[in-house]
Amino acid sequence: MVFTRKLLSLFLAVGLAGVTLAPVVSAQTVVGVTATEIKIGNTNPYSGPASAYGTIGKVIGAYFKKVNDEGGVGGRKINYISYDDGYAPPKTVEMVRKLVESDQVAVLFQTLGTPPNSAIHKYMNQQKVPHLFVATGATKWNDPKNFPWTMGFQPNYQTEGRVYASDVLKKHPDAKVGILYQNDDYGKDYLKGFEDGLGDAAKKMIVMKQSYEVTDPTIDSQIVNLKNSGATVFFNVTIPKFAVQAIKKAHDIGWKPVHYLNNVSSSLATVLKPAGLEASKDLITALYMKEVTDPQWRNDKAFTDWVAFMKKYYPDGALDDQSNAYGYNVAMLMTIVLKQCGNDFSRENLMKQAANLKNVELPLLLPGIKVNTSPTDHAPIEQEQLARFTGEKWDLYGEIFDAFRKQ
Amino acid sequence: MDARARRTLAILALLAVACSLPFMLTNFRLFQFTQVYVYAIAILGLNMLTGYNGQFSLGHGAFYAIGAYVSAIMMDKWNVHYAWTIPVAGVLCLIVGFLFGLPALRLEGLYLALATFSLALAVPQILKYFEHWTGGSQGLVLSKPTAPFGLPLNPDQWLYFLTLGVLIVLFWLGANLLRGRVGRAIVAIRDNHIAAEAMGVNTSLYKSLVFGVSAAYTGVAGALSASVVAYVAPDSFDAFLSVTLLIGSVIGGLASISGAVLGAMFIQFIPNWAQDISKAAPWAIFGVFLIVFMYVMPFGIAGAIRLLWIRMQRSRVALSPKPRETAAT
Repeated sequence: MVFTRKLLSLFLAVGLAGVTLAPVVSAQTVVGVTATEIKIGNTNPYSGPASAYGTIGKVIGAYFKKVNDEGGVGGRKINYISYDDGYAPPKTVEMVRKLVESDQVAVLFQTLGTPPNSAIHKYMNQQKVPHLFVATGATKWNDPKNFPWTMGFQPNYQTEGRVYASDVLKKHPDAKVGILYQNDDYGKDYLKGFEDGLGDAAKKMIVMKQSYEVTDPTIDSQIVNLKNSGATVFFNVTIPKFAVQAIKKAHDIGWKPVHYLNNVSSSLATVLKPAGLEASKDLITALYMKEVTDPQWRNDKAFTDWVAFMKKYYPDGALDDQSNAYGYNVAMLMTIVLKQCGNDFSRENLMKQAANLKNVELPLLLPGIKVNTSPTDHAPIEQEQLARFTGEKWDLYGEIFDAFRKQ
Repeated sequence: MDARARRTLAILALLAVACSLPFMLTNFRLFQFTQVYVYAIAILGLNMLTGYNGQFSLGHGAFYAIGAYVSAIMMDKWNVHYAWTIPVAGVLCLIVGFLFGLPALRLEGLYLALATFSLALAVPQILKYFEHWTGGSQGLVLSKPTAPFGLPLNPDQWLYFLTLGVLIVLFWLGANLLRGRVGRAIVAIRDNHIAAEAMGVNTSLYKSLVFGVSAAYTGVAGALSASVVAYVAPDSFDAFLSVTLLIGSVIGGLASISGAVLGAMFIQFIPNWAQDISKAAPWAIFGVFLIVFMYVMPFGIAGAIRLLWIRMQRSRVALSPKPRETAAT
């Protein structure tokens, strides 16, 4: 019996420890904010299949450290709590519940990935905790009527698809279009935006659609098929690895269509240079951020500030990784929302201020692209601009495309 | 008091603690314990196969995924009540497991481990292929069940009791199965299948059946997880899940029923502790924990407790003034 009793007391002790560790939820809606700190929660894939994106969680932490070193916000320091979810939705649910119920954060910020965010979408809105600037390009985060506590950040893939469609209609109304896309939600979202953008002309103009699986070793045969279809415009919806192959292969077999490349693969360092700058000449993409490997920004103040920040606060971070610029931008936007709150850090006011951003400019966004939100618009960035690759840099052209205004 | 009565008392005491947890812990902690029970059911299933029957599986994450998706699709597409989806998921996994067990009969040891691992690798991709049913990589969002019959419980408390209830029933069934004639046959096959055959055990039938029952347990766990997490997606069931279940089963104690719960606690809580210790390399810390556990407790946590128990009994016998003849049996 001694052992049973010992085991029992152990269980009781564990149980009691659990009770004392977790503070009781107060009736007030000011949660996670004291006179000296503001708690911000986050999950990121520091391990697992998507761990390459984990650097975003780290650069955000580095940025908040900078904010704290400069005195914090409203006299309070930001206490940024970020957990690893390994890109596994059940783990995200567990970690987010820990953040909300145990750590009692004021807001959840920049949780990464479409499946992880889908898993907590309902929960966040039931708990009425701000679920701000999620790191995913899906369209569903902008639904303030049903999910008033959730807000996206970057332009979504459908919006970008529309940008290319409008350019095709304007410049090449008689073109034959061939499309290569990744066979998943990401690829299909682009496809839908593009086809919606072409409207009635889509059926006539699109002569071939080819898809690939993310696990395929090569897409050479798809490129050959697209060339043989006689397409004069090529809409290339591929992630960096396949974008490199597609650009090279098209160049090698002498296919020279008007080549639209999705923003996902617009990096000079990871796509255009490996594919060959000569082969990449005249590619067209849509941008909303300054591409950090593009030489045209080398003397831009925003870029040099970012490099100085990286060297001081995140020396391990890669300077040719666009994710580090992305995290810097979005952490800055979060800080702006906090400043806008004045001295009222209730969850209601945090959400109200996040939905009240008017023409906010972030240094690493393209000139003229601004953040705008309202209680009926939970998509902060909806503008993009087309750019043509000159062989050494992205050359911006045309006016800034505003998806919100045109819809 | 004899050993049997003592055992019953210990189980009742543990049950009393388990039933009082929902009124002592926060909802978040409760959610973690609910996950422990879900894992425990899955691990018991795996334990039947690996621990008792000696067949290795690195693919039980696949059955877990099938159970979860069967439950999710029934709820999402046909509005079936969640409670009905759990037995259906179990039966379906029983059939799939049995059928998979037939060709697996030809494979032994490591070869079987690899064959099952291929299942774990394939299932997440197959799920994406049937997008119309499974929602593709976006998954299916479900609603959390609420307490029936007007019970004054919040959803987390209700799910906790539901999972605990299923756990108790399945453990009771499992214990009866494994401690009886069937259980002896299953263990005999593990220890020496030729001898078992000579004794008249139909080894191929038993092996396939164990595979089926094992898959059914894991499928039920998956179905419960769908309701607990209220979301399913292919990313939830990657190959690592299968490895995690095997870790839980070995750490808890192979061929041990109580070991399943202890192993489930390990895979639920140790990764979190590892993350608290070091954010930079949580999996390295986890690995250290794993090695330490295997080194200190080579027969798993349950095995270590059993050894401790025997040692305590012996010392008590030695210390007591009038030693009983039948002690420590």
